[in-house]
Amino acid sequence: MTPELLKSLAADNLWAAIAPEIMVAILALFLLVAELVLPKKRHGIIPFISLSGLFGVFLGLLMNFRPADLGGTTFNGLLRHTEGSQFLRVYFVLCAILVTVLGVIALKKQKMPKTEFFSIVLVVTAALMLLGQAHNFILLFVALETVTVGFYILVSYTRTNPLSLEAGLKYLILGALSSALLLFGIVLLYGVAGNPAANASSINPMDFDALRVFLNHNPDNFLASVGIVLVLSGIAFKIGAVPFQIWVPDVYQGAPTPVTAFLAVASKAAGFALLIILAGVFSTYSHLVISVLSIMAGATIIFGNIAALTQHNVKRLIGLSGVSHAGYLMLGVIAALTPGIGSQAIGAVFFYLFAYLLASFAVFGVMTHLAGANDSDQELDHYQDLARTHPFLAGVLAVGLGSLAGIPPLAGFMGKLFVFVVAFKAGLYWLLAIAVVGVVVSIYYYFGWIKAAFFAHWRPPLPADSVADTRPVRAAVSLPFGVLLGTLAAASIVLGFYQGPLGAWLLGR
Amino acid sequence: MPDLLLLSIASPLIAALLLLAPAPLAARKVVAGLGFAIPAFIALYLWSQFPSANGADYHFVSQYDTGLKAALGISLHLGLNGIALPLFVLAGVVGLAAGLYALQTKAERPALYLGLLLVMQAGLMGVFASIDVFFFYFFHELALIPTFIMVGVWGGRDRSYAAMKLTIYLTLGAMLSLIGLIALYHQSGAENFDLIALRQVISEGAINGTNQNVIFGLLLVGFGILVSLFPFHTWAPLGYGAAPSSAAMLHSGVLKKFGLYGLVQIAAPLLPAGAAHWAWWLGLLAVGGNILYIGFVTIAQRDLKQMIGYSSVMHMGYAFLGIAAYNVVGIGGVVLMMVAHGFSVALLFLLSTSIYHRTQTFDMDDMGGLAQKTPVLAAFFVTATLASIGLPGLANFWGELAIFVGAWSYSTVYTTLAISGVIISAVYGLRSVAKIFFGEVTPALAKVSAAKPPVDLMWAEKIPALLLLSMLLFVGFWPKSISVPVNAAVSALYQK
Repeated sequence: MTPELLKSLAADNLWAAIAPEIMVAILALFLLVAELVLPKKRHGIIPFISLSGLFGVFLGLLMNFRPADLGGTTFNGLLRHTEGSQFLRVYFVLCAILVTVLGVIALKKQKMPKTEFFSIVLVVTAALMLLGQAHNFILLFVALETVTVGFYILVSYTRTNPLSLEAGLKYLILGALSSALLLFGIVLLYGVAGNPAANASSINPMDFDALRVFLNHNPDNFLASVGIVLVLSGIAFKIGAVPFQIWVPDVYQGAPTPVTAFLAVASKAAGFALLIILAGVFSTYSHLVISVLSIMAGATIIFGNIAALTQHNVKRLIGLSGVSHAGYLMLGVIAALTPGIGSQAIGAVFFYLFAYLLASFAVFGVMTHLAGANDSDQELDHYQDLARTHPFLAGVLAVGLGSLAGIPPLAGFMGKLFVFVVAFKAGLYWLLAIAVVGVVVSIYYYFGWIKAAFFAHWRPPLPADSVADTRPVRAAVSLPFGVLLGTLAAASIVLGFYQGPLGAWLLGR
Repeated sequence: MPDLLLLSIASPLIAALLLLAPAPLAARKVVAGLGFAIPAFIALYLWSQFPSANGADYHFVSQYDTGLKAALGISLHLGLNGIALPLFVLAGVVGLAAGLYALQTKAERPALYLGLLLVMQAGLMGVFASIDVFFFYFFHELALIPTFIMVGVWGGRDRSYAAMKLTIYLTLGAMLSLIGLIALYHQSGAENFDLIALRQVISEGAINGTNQNVIFGLLLVGFGILVSLFPFHTWAPLGYGAAPSSAAMLHSGVLKKFGLYGLVQIAAPLLPAGAAHWAWWLGLLAVGGNILYIGFVTIAQRDLKQMIGYSSVMHMGYAFLGIAAYNVVGIGGVVLMMVAHGFSVALLFLLSTSIYHRTQTFDMDDMGGLAQKTPVLAAFFVTATLASIGLPGLANFWGELAIFVGAWSYSTVYTTLAISGVIISAVYGLRSVAKIFFGEVTPALAKVSAAKPPVDLMWAEKIPALLLLSMLLFVGFWPKSISVPVNAAVSALYQK
């Protein structure tokens, strides 16, 4: 490598284009410095430094939502900036803000070092934001590994809790397996596309554009097909699609609740962002991608819903219900592969993800608030009489769960509707039939949870020798947290009635 | 002029939001009362203003974009035609009656109870005021969800099970009809998801036959579950038996008409070949299942609320028969019957709760001789029962008559069997009257009345009951007030 080559490679390093990611990463380091510099009793403000920084980035992204270089690539083709990637950046920053708030509440109940949690959340967020703009397999893999390694730590963060450690181990081992699958797929694609003897081969086959051109010229290359299936499998791990959903219930239960929320919302959204990006790259092989994803989607919807039916632990329940949501979202991705409705289907997926974010964080917020010292032990029974003791929390919970269940007039219903409409346009009748059955089945466990919170229950008298009720004590909600939960619930309702510019923008593209 | 239709939907919602404010209960009750009353008065006013002869067109039309107009052709498009108008009036009046009755019941957590009822009311007004098919569905679900919580929190026997079963059944029905509606929209190729656009497009070229059969099948099963078409009816008596009175009134009186309304206003006229394809099955299920089988099941009931629940399932059979007949007289009869049944079944549920407060039981075998103590209650109940049997002079008579006339040309056998169903109604209706109000006072009742002597119907109960009864009589003596706009709309939609 001569200096001239390096210079020409670096010619389009537009650092301003990744300013938000850089700022989030600097913020992560700054938190660590703040911990060293600040006296110990002032450490409480560290999460608020993080929050104000994230909020600044959030506003900055919204104000400069359509930068001049939109649509182009930077960093020698490593990144591609689109409207979709801008949406995802905002989405991930919003996730990080909410996870940080939940983290403040959850960590109060634990004796743990606290700063690292917020710092790692920021690192993961920066990597997620890059993932949404990935245009090269190397960048994709590095960013994805950064996310995954961050999650290894976060999942086992409450190290005094054996379930959290178990969850961390499971996530580590299965995550490593998925990374290996992904990497193997990437290598196969690299190998076939970089073979100089092949038609339309490239010297830089990691690049998505080069790879797309190669695949276009080689529509039935067996090794490329294997590579595509392996890459899809690696991503299916991240979104928890069947048959790669094995880790979901245990990890969701063991991880601290804010991390569960982060996994459920941000990690899943990242998986779908990658699926959407790669679906475009693999467009020549769309028949293969469609058949793989269709089988996965059907199995995911059925498995997620049926497995969630029997759960009593709410973290496992929401984890498995999240599996079924991955299935519904895959319907949208499959529809996006059909020519003519691609961009509308992607808009539908994004809308669904946004509604899912609002609803999930409302539910996770209530869960975090109600959890006791043992974060893994959150049972449906703990929600008994919530409507009587904490009507506000019960209301937020009902809105969140109703939205997840897809009940009008909540945002989750609109998300499902849009996905179903694009799936219908794409002619996915069988998957739609499965999805309808899935929605009906899901009513049982979502409303079972609402039932636990709202309906009066007969409670067996405590046995004579037991000390007291083992259920966690319920504290009152602080005003700022109450305002946040109320805003999330209200947003779910308003977005259900009025989609306004967001709906017009996402679905009108 | 302000948009009265939008106001009729918004005012209960605003009232429900205001109930969240911390205020004395009396003040909240005033707010709730206004939330119930405004839609009812709007409905009655619009009824008086409606140009009946021109019922085929939509009137009082307004349109609002919620962000999906350009992308999906969905917008909040409000208006009333001759079919929607009577049901809109039904929703308003029954809502007011249920609301007034709820104001006087001593439920726990009264603000939540009233708030949920107001949300239901808003949804019901929206269902019948929507021209847009999506919002028609949307408002139905808005009204449906409060019933889950109302049954579960304030319900009677088996409430937890009933709430779950009701919700799962109705969600299944709703999802099937949603898919059917999306299919209809997509196959028609219309630009907008509203009835005006759909009718326009389909008048230019019908959907092909196979697709019509599939879509109508989806809509028939989906809407059928919602209207308790045999054999998907089991949620209804259970749910109504467990539901608190006002929720049962609104659900059985108005919300259940959503499915029939969907069939009459949307599915049947837009998919005539599909309707013809399924007519044989629909007639069989309606007469054999809903009317005859459920009729006999109704006779066997001892629980008053269950009996009313089953009888309402049975009466839906007449409506399905009218749809299967598929002619102007029959369909017009269906609309009349929907309105009349809505008023009469709501009145029966109201009175049954009033009876319960005096006897502390729903078991009719434990009642008897109540008329001696409560003659006014007895008079109301007898009238409501006669209305539901179909006595001339009350609204239900006209609906059933028109359905039988319309169905005669479709199938004399079915019609004859359906007419004999009236005898079944008379048997269980009159038997319940005899068991509750006449005969000897049972020992169980004597014990209850010794502890707390039963008082006659109080004004707080009488006013909503009178409201419903006067509507039954008004339509009974002057059916033209409804039949003219209905006829105009139905003949435009169903003439071949």
